[in-house]
Amino acid sequence: MFTRPENHKMYWKEFIHQCTEIGFGSLGIVAIISVFIGAVSTIQTAYQLVSPLIPPSTIAQIVRDTVILEFAPTLVCIVLAGVAGSRIASELGNMRVSEQIDALEIMGVNTKTYLILPKIAAALLMIPLLVIIAMALGIWGGRLAGTMAGILSGNIYDKGLLEYFVPYNVIFALIKAYVFSFIISSIPAFYGYYVKGGALEIGRASTKAVVVSCILILFADYILSALLL
Amino acid sequence: MIEVKNIKKSFDGRVVIEDVSAQMKAGQCNLIIGASGSGKTVLQKCIVGLFEPDSGEVLYSGQDFTAMRGEEKTAIRKEIGMLFQGSALFDSLNVEENIMFPLSMFTHDPLKKKLDRVNEVLNRVNLDGVNKKFPAELSGGMKKRVALARAIVLNPKYLFCDEPNSGLDPQTSLVIDKLIKEITIEFNMTTVVNTHDMNSVMEIGDYILYMYQGRKEWEGSKRDIIFSKNERLNSFIFASEFLQDAKDMRMLEETGRIPNHRNMDALIGKGAPPPDLG
Repeated sequence: MFTRPENHKMYWKEFIHQCTEIGFGSLGIVAIISVFIGAVSTIQTAYQLVSPLIPPSTIAQIVRDTVILEFAPTLVCIVLAGVAGSRIASELGNMRVSEQIDALEIMGVNTKTYLILPKIAAALLMIPLLVIIAMALGIWGGRLAGTMAGILSGNIYDKGLLEYFVPYNVIFALIKAYVFSFIISSIPAFYGYYVKGGALEIGRASTKAVVVSCILILFADYILSALLL
Repeated sequence: MIEVKNIKKSFDGRVVIEDVSAQMKAGQCNLIIGASGSGKTVLQKCIVGLFEPDSGEVLYSGQDFTAMRGEEKTAIRKEIGMLFQGSALFDSLNVEENIMFPLSMFTHDPLKKKLDRVNEVLNRVNLDGVNKKFPAELSGGMKKRVALARAIVLNPKYLFCDEPNSGLDPQTSLVIDKLIKEITIEFNMTTVVNTHDMNSVMEIGDYILYMYQGRKEWEGSKRDIIFSKNERLNSFIFASEFLQDAKDMRMLEETGRIPNHRNMDALIGKGAPPPDLG
């Protein structure tokens, strides 16, 4: 399927382009979602912890672990399946329908290598980075909401963050991020590359790619949790 | 030269191309004509390797393209330029980047040299000052010319054009036809054009292959086509009012008569020889 690149410089250029599209193109929505997820987690955790025997710093621990283990990798990747996945599917679908892929084939370019490989590589690099950013922003959002709502002070929140911290959770989250990155880039690339028909089919392929990617992400989430936790 | 030998292609059990053979010579425009759905696009895609034929051979200068794999095939493809029906320009790249793409991918020339070549081919297709425009900002005729410039930027030996005039007005069509013809002669290319535009046939056709329901129905030259006795070909080419004149000219030349509704003086005025009444 993939072959040796015809010109490394061109492939590098395409890789950087895809990094920009997938990484910076999704940064805004990832940041917004992460902050609000963290904020809502803090408020809802505080709402449920009514016992005076549980110290307030526990809220920070719960928010930290929830954000790191689930919200940052899974929820962000589901959103990215919609943002980046649909863009990949529609871009390739449009190229297929308007014969741009055929034009590349005629030139002697291996279109699978040139069009799909940089997308997968860029996703594998940028999505885990986005997940790391989402973790930080989610935890910060939780702190912001906690202090603004008077649930707990910033110092207690920070103290709670350091209590019972398990570094393996971050590794687990990154493993999930890598698996999800592959799903987010390869499934839409498949649906986009093999689209047949016109504009309507591009839309259908894009929707199908997002739906299948989301289901696979949830399925992989369950499998990885069962295997690695 | 391109030789096509007994090409057959079917999709889901439905035969689309049946036993088509042809010889397409260098330095001339070889036209594949036929009604929509006659199989000319599939035949062209089999020739360029976008479709794998079920059986038969495609020979590029005697080398069997259908039997080639990997790098051998890529080497032949680098000698092919193609102008697609919808131009197939890369939307995200401007005109200059579109034309430079094959140069950047397959050569290691410095940027200055590549830019010079881009300007040279743009000038060759009579397009100047559009280097920084994106495909969405161009008219249909300009897109075709940019696509033609991209197709010839690597000096290919073989040029394929799929419906080069579709969606263009007659004047722009004529410009594209003339460009294809000039470039073919100038660079001694083997040019294969798919068309159902009879004006193009009369303008640039050196060798014409007429497809009917997936089969080769007729082949010959531009002159042969007017005097052909093939009924299917006649009903196809004379569907055009313009070419009805040619048919009547033929009748006039052969029998000294024309259909009752036609004006003989008008027909003679269009170039028909006066009937020999002596």
